[in-house]
Amino acid sequence: MVKKLITQDTRMFLTGNEVIAYAANAAEAEFMYGYPITPQNEIMHTWCKLLPKTEAGFLQTEDEISAGFSTIGGILAGKRAFTATAGPGNVIMQDAQSMAEMMRIPFVCAVMQRGGPSTATVIYAQQETRLTCFGGNGEGFRIVYSTAGHQDLYDYMIKSFNTAWKYRFPTFMLADGYQGKMREPVTLYDPASRGITMEPTPAALRAPGVIGVDREATHLRNTFNLEEELMEQLDKYQIDYDKMSKEVEEYLEYKAEDAEVLIIAHGIVARSAMTAVDELRAKGIKAGLFRPITIRPLPTEPMRKAVKRAKQVLFTESANGQLAQMCLEKLYGLTTPYQTLFKMGVGVTGDDIVAKVETMVREMANV
Amino acid sequence: MITTLDVKPDLAKAQNAAAGASKFCPGCGHGMILKTLAKTIDELELNERAVFGCDIGCSLLSWNYMNLDTVQTHHGRTTPVIYGVTRANPGTVGIAYMGDGGGLAIGAQHLVNAATRSENLLVIVANNTNYGMTGGQMSPTTMPGQKTETTPYGRDCEVTGRPAKAAELVASIADPNKSYVARASVSNLRKLNSVFKKALKNVADGGYSFVEVLSVCPLNWRTNNEGTWERLKTMEECFEVKEFLVKEGLE
Repeated sequence: MVKKLITQDTRMFLTGNEVIAYAANAAEAEFMYGYPITPQNEIMHTWCKLLPKTEAGFLQTEDEISAGFSTIGGILAGKRAFTATAGPGNVIMQDAQSMAEMMRIPFVCAVMQRGGPSTATVIYAQQETRLTCFGGNGEGFRIVYSTAGHQDLYDYMIKSFNTAWKYRFPTFMLADGYQGKMREPVTLYDPASRGITMEPTPAALRAPGVIGVDREATHLRNTFNLEEELMEQLDKYQIDYDKMSKEVEEYLEYKAEDAEVLIIAHGIVARSAMTAVDELRAKGIKAGLFRPITIRPLPTEPMRKAVKRAKQVLFTESANGQLAQMCLEKLYGLTTPYQTLFKMGVGVTGDDIVAKVETMVREMANV
Repeated sequence: MITTLDVKPDLAKAQNAAAGASKFCPGCGHGMILKTLAKTIDELELNERAVFGCDIGCSLLSWNYMNLDTVQTHHGRTTPVIYGVTRANPGTVGIAYMGDGGGLAIGAQHLVNAATRSENLLVIVANNTNYGMTGGQMSPTTMPGQKTETTPYGRDCEVTGRPAKAAELVASIADPNKSYVARASVSNLRKLNSVFKKALKNVADGGYSFVEVLSVCPLNWRTNNEGTWERLKTMEECFEVKEFLVKEGLE
């Protein structure tokens, strides 16, 4: 049993990576498996520094392939285990993530996005959006929370563990290098004080009981002999996924009720959009924000309602429309015109969004 | 008239009788290795502490062979899954079972690093000098001159390098105070049993063990019984069968 460090509400001034380590401890995470890659390193630095107090476990693996698979091992052993990665590490961890999808392993991973493709930058991007939602040779049976600041990092890291263990789909907290490295005030709390009970983490391997007496041996596999056998399994997963989606979908609307120009953005870009909305409103332009918090599954119905109400839509991302592509598919049939502000691997500022929306007001979107 | 034998097969407690007929090809070495392993687990009474992991390739067919908690992983990834388990749940006797491809090619980084850290598990590499499941391609341990689907004119070491020596490699990097490293062969199952016994005892005691077992693949080798045996003997000349590293006091 790990020792929880935060027993009462504590206001701290931390980097996002530090916040994630504290959140994992608050969630009573027992083991972290990790491999160094910028910009997520301080998650494990903090986790390791706290080990004498938390009495949790840590293993620095040989690569992200191992980090992913050994995390799976820890979870199968019945521990609330997790990992964290970024960029090329996220790419090579897809092997393990896809096994977690197929075997319904409650895999938890914090992804601190950096620029891509390839090594690109170690700083910031939103270019792992599609990869984190749909990576691997599967169908994207994953849950992805996109955070927009340090309180989110704390709240959603705790939530990721419970979502994963409750629904048994791999769960990701998708943040980025800016959030990881930036320092902000944040309120750390004991989840119990907010009425949050951590889901139990039963062991799949070496469960209680004697084999052949109390229980049969467990044989876990991800290989199927027949195409139909596989499809039958995946059809069941899809039913579970759809049912779960309604329960986990989350979004945030900011002044979207009467918005004529609706900005759709996720993560830290959504935070820039909030400042832009206020500036635009001060200038008399009715702007609003729709921010999907779960970008997989997407909160489709509320997003469609918000888009329907608006006169124009602006998709903005630090990527070339990875979220927009996922949203547009869900918005099929609506006729609200849209424009885009995409900056690949570069932060989008409030000023960028204000300038773009002002041009949209002058010249209506026609797509 | 067809008569059936009334004698029940001699199954170890650690073997899963419910799995039915063997999934391996006739003459395959996996059955011999796994049965010997199961018997050793019985002898040491490790049934309740053991977790068995198998790789992709022919070894995956062992996913329900053992009457032990088992996980079938991805190609080359059995080692990290199993040390993930033993790190999280100390006291578990973790066994990572794989072929020469999974151990020495696609999963080589895990082989090297698990040995360097001397992780608490037993890694078994069944070395049959080719990729069986995918149709008999050259593997890191394919012998000089050996014909495979990707070396149809025989392995040319000038072009493809020399066969990898797993046990020698592992013995050179594993912690001598924690490790047991050996190479055995399916030509002598009694000896294999004693090797597994030391290897498992060491793991049960918190150590790291590595056992490479020279095995056979008559299907892809295209050999009859005699030819298979001859090939195995040739392998034993190429890959020395012995103990490479024995932690002091391990018997």
